[in-house]
Amino acid sequence: MSRIGVFICHCGENIASTVDCESVAKSASEIPGVSFSIDYKYMCSDPGQSKIKNAIIEHKLNGVVVAACSPRMHEPTFRKACAEAGLNPYLCEMANIREHCSWVHPKGEETTFKAFEILRMLVEKVKRNTKLLPIKVPVTKTAIVLGGGVAGIQAALDIANAGHKVLMIEKDPSIGGHMAMLSETFPTLDCSQCILTPRMVEVAQHPNITLYNYAELESLDGFIGNFKARIRLKAKSVDPKICTACGVCWSKCPVKKIPDEFNTGLSKRTAIYVPFPQAVPNKPVIDRTQCTYFVKNGKCGVCKKLCPASAIDFETKDEIIEVNAGAVVVATGFEIKHTDFFPEYGYGRYKDVIDGLQFERLASASGPTLGEIKRPSDGKVPETIVFIACAGSRDKAKGIEYCSKICCMYTAKHAMLYKHKFHEGKAYVFYIDIRANGKNYDEFVRRTIEEDDVNYIRGRVSRIYESNGKLIVKGVDTLLNAQPVEIEADMVVLATAIVANADSESVAQKLHIGYDKHHFLSEAHPKLRPVETNTGGIFLAGACQAPKDIPESVSQGSAAASKVTILFSNDELTREPQVAFVNRTFPPQYSSCTGCLLCIPVCPYKAIEKEEIKNRNGEVVKTVAYVNGGLCQGCGTCVAFCRNKSIDIQGFTNEQMFTEVMALNF
Amino acid sequence: MNIGFYPGCSLTGTSKEYNESLVAVATSCGITLQEIGEWNCCGASSAHALNHELALLLPSRILALAEQQGFTELLIPCAACYSRIATAQHQLLQDAKLLAEVSEILKIKFTATIKLFNPLKFLSEKILPLIEDKIKNKLNLKVSCYYGCLLVRPPQIMKTERFEDPVVMENILAKCGAYPIDWNFKTECCGASLSIARGDISSKLSMRILRDAADKKAEVVAVACPMCHSNLDMRRPDINSLLTAKIDIPVLFITQLIGMALGIPAEKLGLHRHFVKNDKMVSNVYSQNKVECPA
Repeated sequence: MSRIGVFICHCGENIASTVDCESVAKSASEIPGVSFSIDYKYMCSDPGQSKIKNAIIEHKLNGVVVAACSPRMHEPTFRKACAEAGLNPYLCEMANIREHCSWVHPKGEETTFKAFEILRMLVEKVKRNTKLLPIKVPVTKTAIVLGGGVAGIQAALDIANAGHKVLMIEKDPSIGGHMAMLSETFPTLDCSQCILTPRMVEVAQHPNITLYNYAELESLDGFIGNFKARIRLKAKSVDPKICTACGVCWSKCPVKKIPDEFNTGLSKRTAIYVPFPQAVPNKPVIDRTQCTYFVKNGKCGVCKKLCPASAIDFETKDEIIEVNAGAVVVATGFEIKHTDFFPEYGYGRYKDVIDGLQFERLASASGPTLGEIKRPSDGKVPETIVFIACAGSRDKAKGIEYCSKICCMYTAKHAMLYKHKFHEGKAYVFYIDIRANGKNYDEFVRRTIEEDDVNYIRGRVSRIYESNGKLIVKGVDTLLNAQPVEIEADMVVLATAIVANADSESVAQKLHIGYDKHHFLSEAHPKLRPVETNTGGIFLAGACQAPKDIPESVSQGSAAASKVTILFSNDELTREPQVAFVNRTFPPQYSSCTGCLLCIPVCPYKAIEKEEIKNRNGEVVKTVAYVNGGLCQGCGTCVAFCRNKSIDIQGFTNEQMFTEVMALNF
Repeated sequence: MNIGFYPGCSLTGTSKEYNESLVAVATSCGITLQEIGEWNCCGASSAHALNHELALLLPSRILALAEQQGFTELLIPCAACYSRIATAQHQLLQDAKLLAEVSEILKIKFTATIKLFNPLKFLSEKILPLIEDKIKNKLNLKVSCYYGCLLVRPPQIMKTERFEDPVVMENILAKCGAYPIDWNFKTECCGASLSIARGDISSKLSMRILRDAADKKAEVVAVACPMCHSNLDMRRPDINSLLTAKIDIPVLFITQLIGMALGIPAEKLGLHRHFVKNDKMVSNVYSQNKVECPA
C-alpha cells in the first residue's frame, strides 16, 4: 500500500510564475496512493526540508516525490532530508518541473497540466521503487596530476606534503609550464624563474612524487577512488639515469635550425635538447621528428658517438605503463592565439608584430636577447612600441567573447619593463578598458601610466601596415572626441587571446569530463564547486578551466589538492547503488539469465564476469553473468543488450521506467 | 548562358565604361547578360540612412522582379547595389514573416532565394574558368588590386573568406599576366559616402590609398566598384594637390584589364572615358602583343 508524499516547489518565481503550483498540489492529492500533498515557495530551504521530514514521520510516508528543479541540482539535498526522517533515500524522486517545464513554456493551463503529468509519472515510479543501500569501495591513495605548470606543481606539492603519493605527468621534457617562460611577474616584478624553479626542483626531489616527464595520458578508466590510468612514456632516446647532462650532445648536434618552443620561435634549438637551462629534469631528449638519425634512416648518430656516458639509445620505444590512482588533478594549462590569427594586423607576416609571450622571452634575462628588448626583424632596440590589449579577446567577430583576464596586467607590465630598460622609448597601449581587479593590481597600472609615462589610448586598432620600415598602427582614440590616430611604431605587441589547448577536447573525452563551447574544461558548479568536475574524483586547477593569472592558478592548485586530501582521508568511499544486477531468485539456478554472456564484451567498465552456480555437491549447475557493483557505473548498456531482460539497473529497472512512461496521459 | 543583370544607376552614368567592358568580356566568353526589366534604384547611400523600410523595399523589389522574370542568378556589378541587395536578401531569408510582408507590399510573391553574384564572384566563378586559353595580351603590369569596403564587408553577409586580406582580384589578374603587388590599402575606405557632403575627406582618404600604391610602385590600380573608381580617378587633381606631387597611375576597372588581356579593342572597353590618361599604358599592352604575335 503506497503512502506517497508530494511536495511542489515554487522555486521563488522560477516555477510559480508559469505553473499554478497550488492547483498541481491539489490535483496530486487525488492520485491513488498519494496521501499527502503540499506546495511551498522554497522546498530546498530549511523550512521546506522540515516540511518533508515532518510529513514523512506524521503520515508514515513510504515514498516521496519532490516536484522542483533538475535532480542534478537538488536530488542529494532531498534524499538526505528523507534519510534524516528515516526513509530510505532511494524512495525519494524528483519531478523536474523547472528545466523541463516552467522555464521553457509560457504561463498557462497547458504548462500547469504538463507539470502535473511529469509529477504523476514520478509518483507511479516511486510506487515501484525499492530500498537501496549504498556500496562501499576502497580508495587508492595516489593522485595523478596532469600537467606540470604552476597549478600542477602547487597541487602536487600540497598532496605530497599531506603524505600521499603523487604521479605527475608532463607532456614536455621539462615541467614549469608557461610560468617558466615569463620574465617578471606583476604586480611585484619579481622574477618568474626565481620563484618557480625552486618549486620545480622540490617536485623532482620529493619522495612522494614520481615525475613522468615527456609523457602523456593514454586513457583513464575506473571511477573515484579507483582509477586505472595508462600513461605513454614517450621515447626520450636518452637514459636519464646514466646521462650527466654534460652538454656535449646538444652542442655537437648538427640539426640546429629548429624553432625553439621555449623561446617562442625567437631562437633556434637542436634536435637533441634540454628546453631551457633551468629545466627539471635537466636531461636532454631527442626530438625524433627533427633528428637526422630518425628522419634520414640511421644517418648521423653524432650524439651517440660523442656521449661520454653512453647514455644515448636510438632503439628505445614509447612505453605504456598502467597505474592505479584514487584521484586526478587536471592542470593542463592553456595556449595563446598567435599573430597569424589577425589578418588586419598583418597575418603573422610582419616579424615585428609579436605576441605577449614572445615579449616575455625578449624581456627575460634567460631569453634570446638576454633581457634586452630587441625587435626580431633586425635586432634593433625599438624606439616606439605599441601594445594592443584585447587582441581577439572580447571580440564576438573573432569568436572569442570572453575576457582573457591577464592581458591588462601583463600589458601594463610589458610597457613598464620596456620603459625601465629603455627610458627614451615611447610606449603606447590601446585598450578597451582596464581590468586590474587583484590585490595591488590597479596601483600597478597607475604606476605604469603615471610614473613610467606610458601613453594609454582608449580605443581599438583597425589595421597595422608596413610603410618605409615602420609599422603604421591605425586606431581610434575614443576619449579624444573619437579622433582616428596613427602611430608609427617599430614593434607591436598583441595581447592575444588565451584559448584552450588544441587537444583540450580529446583530453576531456579521455577523462570523461565536460568542457564548454570554447573547450575550456568545465567545473561542477561555477560558484560553489569551482575545482570539481562532474566526474567524481577528477579536479581542475589552473588555466585549463578558464584564463587565470599565477595567484589564481596557485590558489586553485591548492584547492584541488585539499579536495584530493579530503577524498583520501577516508579508507573507503560510499557509492551510489544505482548499478546493474543480474536477476536472481532462490533457489539460485532459477535465475532467468541463460549465461549467453553477451553483456561481458559490451560492458565499457569491464564490470561483468562469469559466475558458476554450484549445487551443494560442488557441481556446476548453471553459468550466469555477475555484475561487480564496485566497478559498474550504471550506464545500462548491458540492460539494453540482455536478450531475456535478466539485467536491470537498481533504481531504474525496466518495470520502473515502463511504468513511468505508461503513466503519461498522451 | 543567360544570367540576370542589374546595372543600377552608376553603370548607366558615371561608370559607363564598367558596363561596356563587363558586357564585352561576358560576350566574348559566350555569356549573355540580360538586364532585368522595370528595375528601380537600389536605394544605396541615402535610403538606409533615412528610412529602413524603404531601404529594404527598394532592393527587395529588384529581387522580386528578377525572380518573377524567371532568373535564378543575378549579377550586380556595382558594389553599393550589391551590398544593398545582398543585405535585403539576408534580412528576408532570416525572417519568413518579413518576407511575407514585403511580398504583400510589392504585390509580387517571391522567395528571395535567387543566387546573387557580385563582380568578383562572377569573374572568378563564371569568367575565370573560360579565359585561360583566350589570353592574347599578357598585361605585364604591376597592379594594385583595390577592393574598398563594400565588396568584402560585412563578412556575415558577403560570406567573404579573408575579408581583411582578400585575394580574388589578384588571382584573376595574375591569370591575365599581370603582377599583383603586396600593398596595404586594399580594403581601406575611399570615402565614397562622403563624396558629396565632404569631398575634402574623400580626397584625403583616396590620397592615402593612391600614395601607398605609388610607394609600392604600382603601374595600375584595379577596382570593381564605381564609387572607388570615381574617387581615385576623378579626384586626381585634388589628390595631387594634397600630395604636392603628381601621381599618374591610371585606375581601371578589373573588367577593362581582363578585356585588354582578351584582346578586345580599347574603344569597346571604354578606356577613353577616364580622367587620368592611360593611352600610353594601353597602347603598350596592345602593341607589345603585336610584336609577339604578328598574326
